[in-house]
Amino acid sequence: MDNTSTIAAISTALSNSGIGIVRISGEDAFEIANKIFKPFNETQKFTDFKSHTVHYGFVHDGDKTIDECLALFMRGPHTYTREDVVEIDCHGGVLVVKKILETVLKAGARPAEPGEFTKRAFLNGRIDLSQAEAVMDIINAENSYALDSSVKQLKGAVSDSIKEIRAILINRIAYIESALDDPEHYSLEGFPKELAADVKSSKEKISGLLSTADNGRIIKEGIKTVILGKPNVGKSSLLNNLLGEERAIVTDIAGTTRDALEETLKLNDVLLNIIDTAGIRNTDDLVEKIGVEKAKAYADEADLIIFVVDSSKPLDENDADIINIVKDKKVISLLNKSDLESVVNKEDLERLLDGPVINISALENTGIEELSNEIKKMFYENKISYNNQIYITNARHKALLSDSLESLRLVEKSIEDNMPEDFFSIDLMNAYESLGLIIGEAVEDDLVEEIFSKFCMGK
Amino acid sequence: MPYLEENYDIVVVGAGHAGCEAALACARMGLNTIMFTVSIDSVALMPCNPNIGGSSKGHLVREIDALGGEMAKNIDKTFIQSKMLNLSKGPAVHSLRAQADKQDYSREMRKTLENTENLTLRQGEVSELIIENNIVKGVKTFSGARYFAKAVVLCTGTYLKARCIYGDVSNPTGPNGLQAANHLTDSLINNDVEMFRFKTGTPARVDKRSIDFSKMEEQKGDERIVPFSFTTNPNDIQKEQVSCWLTYTNEETHKIIRENINRSPLFSGMIEGTGPRYCPSIEDKVVKFAEKNRHHVFIEPEGNYTNEMYLGGMSSSLPEDVQYAMYKTVPGLENVKIVRNAYAIEYDCINPRQLKATLEFKNIEGLFSAGQFNGSSGYEEAAAQGIIAGINASRFVQGKDQIIIDRSQGYIGVLIDDLVTKENKEPYRMMTSRAEYRLLLRQDNADLRLSAIGHEVGLIDDDRYNYVVEKERLINEEIERLESISVGASKEVQDILKKCGSAPLGTAVTLAELIRRPELNYDLISELDPDRKELPADVIEQVNINIKYEGYIKRQKKQVESFKKIESKKLPLDIDYNTISGLRLEAQQKLNLFKPASIGQASRISGVTPADVSVLLIYLESRKEKA
Repeated sequence: MDNTSTIAAISTALSNSGIGIVRISGEDAFEIANKIFKPFNETQKFTDFKSHTVHYGFVHDGDKTIDECLALFMRGPHTYTREDVVEIDCHGGVLVVKKILETVLKAGARPAEPGEFTKRAFLNGRIDLSQAEAVMDIINAENSYALDSSVKQLKGAVSDSIKEIRAILINRIAYIESALDDPEHYSLEGFPKELAADVKSSKEKISGLLSTADNGRIIKEGIKTVILGKPNVGKSSLLNNLLGEERAIVTDIAGTTRDALEETLKLNDVLLNIIDTAGIRNTDDLVEKIGVEKAKAYADEADLIIFVVDSSKPLDENDADIINIVKDKKVISLLNKSDLESVVNKEDLERLLDGPVINISALENTGIEELSNEIKKMFYENKISYNNQIYITNARHKALLSDSLESLRLVEKSIEDNMPEDFFSIDLMNAYESLGLIIGEAVEDDLVEEIFSKFCMGK
Repeated sequence: MPYLEENYDIVVVGAGHAGCEAALACARMGLNTIMFTVSIDSVALMPCNPNIGGSSKGHLVREIDALGGEMAKNIDKTFIQSKMLNLSKGPAVHSLRAQADKQDYSREMRKTLENTENLTLRQGEVSELIIENNIVKGVKTFSGARYFAKAVVLCTGTYLKARCIYGDVSNPTGPNGLQAANHLTDSLINNDVEMFRFKTGTPARVDKRSIDFSKMEEQKGDERIVPFSFTTNPNDIQKEQVSCWLTYTNEETHKIIRENINRSPLFSGMIEGTGPRYCPSIEDKVVKFAEKNRHHVFIEPEGNYTNEMYLGGMSSSLPEDVQYAMYKTVPGLENVKIVRNAYAIEYDCINPRQLKATLEFKNIEGLFSAGQFNGSSGYEEAAAQGIIAGINASRFVQGKDQIIIDRSQGYIGVLIDDLVTKENKEPYRMMTSRAEYRLLLRQDNADLRLSAIGHEVGLIDDDRYNYVVEKERLINEEIERLESISVGASKEVQDILKKCGSAPLGTAVTLAELIRRPELNYDLISELDPDRKELPADVIEQVNINIKYEGYIKRQKKQVESFKKIESKKLPLDIDYNTISGLRLEAQQKLNLFKPASIGQASRISGVTPADVSVLLIYLESRKEKA
């Protein structure tokens, strides 16, 4: 990857909504933009544009007009990359944005590698490495909680607890070393036992951090939610209501495998991935047609289950089957059709299932707000007691935590095997280094490239 | 005024442990070499402790030997007691130490020097360097004579502007009252060399007849003596050994020291130099470890020729009367008679930051240096640098590539890298903990690690080198064999295991797996391995260690791999770090001062953070692409 040529990429998500932005950066950015962008006022000369001004005009490919656009001209070094930058804002259709990028590339730019804009920002001294990694997480964080977590992570919650563990490890390493060099003044008697205790508590702390990694996934990727209920209880109306209230945001979250049955929506700022039963909406008969097994499979995968019951009819075998499936899961029960006379009440369900029970009427659109508040509450309190906990949201960090855990396990093994103390330090050091790599207090040569390669294209 | 003028390939200044190794290396590599000393009678003098080796220093001696140096051979000829230390710990920290007969040691070394081809010994004080356009041309002596050479190796030890001090007594001499060298410092400063002032110290020597050994613990040598040199046949050096003795200081000793601490020249400000933290005087120890109510005192003979005994652990610069008072509180020393006082010595040395890892000055071509002149402490540290400086000075003259031993190849590499990279504000002492990869850098495998280099430069002959190559082959072959042969859970096998206190087998395992059991080793399982062929003891030792600690060795090798990765990213000397945006100001300044040779070296400079190193990595990447 050379760091001097002019690069371009689409810097918004590829979707049919809103606007799309093509960003160009490098010494030839203005020249390239000049070739393809005709200002509305054709008497205006491109070179006369003041830096950091917006211009209305058209993008052309030869004689063909592609789209009407706004172009932002920004002269380095006061830009994201510190280079000359042009941003072309066009209508957001996938085809249009792609076409504009192609035109820009034809005019002399080269496609940016993932993360290359940020890499240049770093190379040109605009941001440091830790900021670069934070940018990556912020880009990837799809809801405001995840964003907060990334920010918090950078500010030091993770870093503080890792530093704490490292301080213990380095202290123990130093003691072993001192004892090797000055046995007269540093005794190793009883040391393995003390060390074993420290290693154990460090392992627990690391495991604690690691266990948040899955919550971290929830924050970043959204809560996997399944709506279950027997036929005709109003699942589809509920989904429509939810989607209607906050029209689904289609996202391109890196690393999320999205199958066609999923809908993503934001409820009260919480991102939900709802297993969309729309495809089988006509039969409206999940339990009977797909069977209990399929429902079970969905439920197993889910972070949250919304169980819908028709409150106007008595609970039957089908309900019982579902209750069986969901009873150990995070579940919110909905008593639908509260507009009709109810034969099932809240207490009945509360006896059968843990978790909140809410009366709703999908038809009259009542109780939806209560549901959304309940989800938010669970998100805060049960599922992820967000305010007190630290989350590992980064795969690299997760891998390094696992490495350090393994190294500490090897230290325990050495202690059990009664190895001489000087053997402990190899694995203690490895654990110390792995943890150091997370918080940037150790260097690994491929780290820099690795971090940049993970950036989304165009940022 | 007419003056004497001679020409040589290489001039070595100083005939201490660094100078001897340097001069021998140069002469043996075929270069016409002259070495200067202020006193021919004091060649390879041991002005402090009467032993060679010890924890981590023993490793250095073995490495010097593997490279073709003299120290190991010389101590094998002249030791009076020998001991392998730390046998209760892992093989990485086993370390050999031998008590020397000091006079024998010096005489034997002199004999070797005097009988080495291409080597001239000359008594005289070198007072000036001849340097033109930052290239060294030779030296001038105090008498005005000029010795021209293509390379000069400075090994002046503790002699530059030396001063010996105890209490309020200060003598302007080198160690043991030898003449100091008072002129060379000025010549160095005139050539923009930055100097430090360091101090070190030595305890009193006392009369053996005045000691009551019945109050002390006897410290005997090993029953089976292990030689230092890989070329010495162990059978040739088994002999009667003398003992050392252990006694302790006590609260009374400490009280006397505390009460008189204000009379120490350190406190009166008479000593300006910085002393070694890791080789502290007794007064330092009493202050630093205030909670300890006793410290070791080792009584060690200075040689078979004398009644003088060395009081290890009690170096001091307190006044004569305080020395007497404190020594007399130690059990066994109640009636002690001092032969020589303890004293501190202050001397000029350089800031070693000015050196490359080859031990050549970055700014003066052809000028090399080694030993205490470079800010180290200890005979072994000096000798280790001496052989490297000698090798590289010779190769410089021969027009060949310089030799650098890195941190993963030897303690010598750690020593030199630390000296030239870390900011040492006190005499540098080798320690086990400084070697990150010590499980690979054992004293038992120094020959396998370094003989190839010794052979390449011409200090290890073909016979010796072929022996090492064959040894390595036998080791690998035997390990492979043991990894491939399985034994089943037969009654016979279980019985043998039981006899060795080892758990019975559940399923078949390889012989190697059995060796890996903590309670077993290569020798103990011989009954289970009737097909093994007779192998030399040094091969068996390696096989055993490599199999037993395989997992650890593998993990350490992985650490070395990552080390090598950033070590191999070379930084050109001409980089102006001020132009690299993203580096913090402190890092820019430090990097410009040190001009590190690689990203790895840069990362070890204090004040250069991992974030700075990332910036350097990216900078290198982009520089490569632009080129």
